Amino acid sequence: MDLATFFIQLLNALQYGLLLFLIASGLTLVFGIMGVINLAHGAFTMVGAYLAWSLAELTGSFWAALALGIPLTVLLGAAVEWLFVRRLYARDHLHQVLLTFGLILILEESRSLLFGDDVHAVAVPVLLSGSLPLTDTLSYPVYRLALSGACLALALAMAWVIRATRVGMMVRAGASNREMAEALGIPIKWVQLGVFSTGIALAGLAGMMAAPVSSVYPGMGNQVLILCFVVVVIGGIGSVKGAFVAALLIGLVDTFGKVVTLEVAGVKLLPQLAGMSVYLLMAAVLLWRPEGLFGRRP
Amino acid sequence: MTRLQWAAVAAGLALLAAMPWFADKFAVQFASKVLIFALFASSLNLLVGQAGLVSLGHAGFFGVAGYVLALASPEYDAAPLWSTLAMAVGVAALLALAIGALVVRTRGVYFLMATLAFGQMLFHLFHDGDFAGGSDGLQIFARPAGTLFGVALFDLEQYRHFHWVVLAACGLVLVFLARLRASPFGRVLDGIRVNEHRMRALGYATARYKLVAFVLAGALAGLAGYLSACQFGVVNPESLGWHQSGAVLLMVILGGMGSLLGPALGAAAWWGMELLFQGYTKHWQLPMGAVIVAVALFLPEGLAGLWWRLRPARPAAPPEAGVQA
Amino acid sequence: MTGVAAGRASVPGTPVLAAENLSRRFGGLAAVDGVSLAVAMGEVHAVIGPNGAGKSTLVSLLSGDLAPSGGRIRLDGHDVTRLGPERRSHLGLGRSYQKTNVFLPFTVFENCRLAAQSRQATSMRFLRPASSFGVVNAAAGRALAAAGLEARRDARVETLSHGEQRQVEIAMALATRPRVLLLDEPLAGMGAEESAGMVALLRRLRPDHAMVLVEHDMDAVFALADTLTVMANGRVIASGPPATVREHPEVRRAYLGDESHA
Repeated sequence: MDLATFFIQLLNALQYGLLLFLIASGLTLVFGIMGVINLAHGAFTMVGAYLAWSLAELTGSFWAALALGIPLTVLLGAAVEWLFVRRLYARDHLHQVLLTFGLILILEESRSLLFGDDVHAVAVPVLLSGSLPLTDTLSYPVYRLALSGACLALALAMAWVIRATRVGMMVRAGASNREMAEALGIPIKWVQLGVFSTGIALAGLAGMMAAPVSSVYPGMGNQVLILCFVVVVIGGIGSVKGAFVAALLIGLVDTFGKVVTLEVAGVKLLPQLAGMSVYLLMAAVLLWRPEGLFGRRP
Repeated sequence: MTRLQWAAVAAGLALLAAMPWFADKFAVQFASKVLIFALFASSLNLLVGQAGLVSLGHAGFFGVAGYVLALASPEYDAAPLWSTLAMAVGVAALLALAIGALVVRTRGVYFLMATLAFGQMLFHLFHDGDFAGGSDGLQIFARPAGTLFGVALFDLEQYRHFHWVVLAACGLVLVFLARLRASPFGRVLDGIRVNEHRMRALGYATARYKLVAFVLAGALAGLAGYLSACQFGVVNPESLGWHQSGAVLLMVILGGMGSLLGPALGAAAWWGMELLFQGYTKHWQLPMGAVIVAVALFLPEGLAGLWWRLRPARPAAPPEAGVQA
Repeated sequence: MTGVAAGRASVPGTPVLAAENLSRRFGGLAAVDGVSLAVAMGEVHAVIGPNGAGKSTLVSLLSGDLAPSGGRIRLDGHDVTRLGPERRSHLGLGRSYQKTNVFLPFTVFENCRLAAQSRQATSMRFLRPASSFGVVNAAAGRALAAAGLEARRDARVETLSHGEQRQVEIAMALATRPRVLLLDEPLAGMGAEESAGMVALLRRLRPDHAMVLVEHDMDAVFALADTLTVMANGRVIASGPPATVREHPEVRRAYLGDESHA
C-alpha cells in the first residue's frame, strides 16, 4: 500500500470513527444521563437516512432535506419519549430493552410500509461535491472531510452544552437526583424530553449526513447499534473520552481490516473475516481491562 | 404451586403428548417448534431470571449447535444422533466457557452490550467465512438416526416421533431447571441477582457461579439449537444473529422471568402471535412490535404475571423449596 | 452508664486484626490517611468521629470492599491487603453495613440461610434442594436466634421495620461464624428499646469475637468499648482506653464538647 492510499484509508477511518462517535454520543447521552438503554437508537439512524433520501427526492435539494429532516427527527424523538419512554424511567433496564426492541420492529416495518425495502443512494450536495487533490492521480472527496468536521463539531458542541451552560447543569442535576432537582424547580419532564430528543436527533442527523457516503439500506440501523455498543464497552463506563478513542480505534480496525490482506496458514483472515476484527478487539480489551479503556476501576 | 396449577400443568402435558394422535401434522409441528423454543427460552431464563444476567447473544450457542450438526452430518445420510448431539452441546458449552470468561467480568448493561457483540462476532464468522456455506448456510437432508446398540429407538423423520422426543427433552430440562432453582447453586444465583455485592461480602466467588450458569445456559441452548436444526433441516447465520437473540430474550420477558414455566408461555405467545399476524399482513412485525411495547408498558411481570393475579393470595417471592410455576 | 468500659483492663494477646498506616485516596481527597488500628479477641474497638471523618471508608478498607491506596492489613498475622471481600470472609472476617444491605425480597430465614450456606465447602450442587442441608439450616437458625429474630423468621425482609432490618444485618454477619466483626453503625435509626437490645447482643458477642464498632451513639460506645479511636478528616486524632480518650483536649474540643458525657 503506497503512502497516498494509506493516507486516504486513514482519512476514511477517521471519518467513519467520527460518525460512529457522534451516534454513540447520542446513545451514551441518553443512557448516561437518564439511565435509559435504547436499543432502537440505531433504527433512528436508519430513519434519518431514509428521511434524507425521500426528502431529497421530494425537494431536489440535500440541504432542504436536512432542514426539514432535522426537526422531523426531533419531533419523532419527542413523541417516542412522551408516549413510551417516560413511563419506564422507574423500571429496570429489562423493560426498556423489551420496549425499545418492540420499537425497532415498529420502526423497521413502518419504514418498509412507507419507503419500501430497496437500497437507495443520495447525491452529494453540489457545494461539497469537489475533491481535494492529494497526488497527481488521487484526490479525496470534500464531502467526507466536511462530514468528519461536522461530526466533530457537533460532538464538541454537545459536550460544551452539557458542561458549560445552564441547560447542561439542569440536565446533570436531573441525572444525579431527580426528586431533588424537581424540588429545586428544575422542569425535569422537559429536561428528559429534551435529552432524549437530542439523543435521537443526533442519531437521525448522523444517518442523514452519512447517507451520501454510505448507501441507504434496511439493515443499517442494526449494524450501527451494535457498533455503538462495542464503542461503549471498549471506551468504558461513562467516559466520553473513552467513546472518542474507542470510536476512532474501531474506525481504524474496521477500515484497514477491509483493505489489508492477511493469510495465516492458508486461511484467509483478512479481508475475509474483517467483520470480526472489531469484536476481537473488544474481546482483547475485555480480557485486559473489563471496565473499558477509560472506565473507572471497580 | 397449588393443586389447581399442578392440574393445569399436567393437563397441558397430557395434551401435548396426545397431540400426534388427534391433531394434524401442521399443528403438531407447530407445537414441536414451540417446545424447542420453550427449551431455548428456559435456558436463557437461567441467566436472566435467576442470575440477573441479561444476555443479548444467547442465540450464538443455539446457532452453533445447529451448525455442528450440519457440519458433522454426512451429505445425504442420517448422522448418528448421540455422538452428534454430544458434539453439538459440547461445542456450545465450550464456546459459552470462552465467551463467558470474558463477559462475566462486566456488569449490568455492559454485559448486555458485550454479549450482543460476541453474538454478532459469531454471526460474522459464519456469514463471511466460507467454511459453513456463508450467507446461505447449510442443509441437513436427513435427520439424525436415534439408534442405541443397533436398535432404532425412534425415527426422527416421522413428525410424531420427533414431537415426542422434543417433548421428552423439554420435560427433562424443565425438571432439571426446577431442581436447580431450589438447589444451593440456584440460591446463590438468586442472591447474585438481588445483591451481588453482599454475596461477595458473604464469601461467595460470584464470578465463578455466573460463569457456571453461563456455560449451563449455553449448553442447554445448544440442545435446543440441535433440535431446531433437525426440525428445519437448514442452518443459516440468522440462527446465530441478534434478531434471534432478541426474540428469545423477548420470549423470556414476555412470559415472565421469575417463574419456571414463564419462558415456555412466552415462546407459545411469540409463535402464536407470529402465526396470527402473518395471516393478516406481510408486515406482521408491526403489530408484533406493538404488542411487545404494550406488554413492556402494562405487564411488568409478563404473561406469567397474569397467571399470578388469578391466584387468591400472592405468595412470598423466591421459593423456599419446590417448584414455583 | 459507662462503668463497664471504664474499669476493664486492656485485653492481652496479639491482635487478630491489625491495620498499619492505611490510606485511601479519591482523586485528590484522602478519605483515610495513615490510620493504624488493632483489635484482639474479646475486645471491642470503637471508632467514632464526625460525619465525613472516614469511618465508613475505613470499614470498607478493612472488609475488602475498597482497595487501599497505601498501608497494610493483617488478619491473624497474614497480609490480606490484596485480598477481596470473598477471601477475607473465609479467613474469618464478617461485616455489617451502615446502609442496610440485605436481600430484601427474601425471608429473614433465607437471608441467614444464604449467609450460612457460604460456609459450605461448595455451593456447586445442582440437584439436592438447599432446604435439605440440615447443618446450614441449623447455623442459620442459631444466627437468627442470636439476633433475636425468631418471631420474624418467615417474614420478607422488605416488610420489616428499620430496626428489625438492622437486626437482619447483624444476623447475616453472624451466620458466617466470623471471628472478627466489623460493625458499621449497627444502631443507626433505632429507637431506645431496640438500641438497648442491640447493645446487649453485642455485649454477649464480645468474648468470642474481635469487634470493630463504628458508631454515633455515645451511650452504646461507652457501654461497650475497650478501646476508643477518634477520627477526623481521615486521620486518627486520639486512640486508647475510653476514659483517657475522653479527657484528650483535642477530642473534647473537636467532638465531644466540654461537658463530660453521662
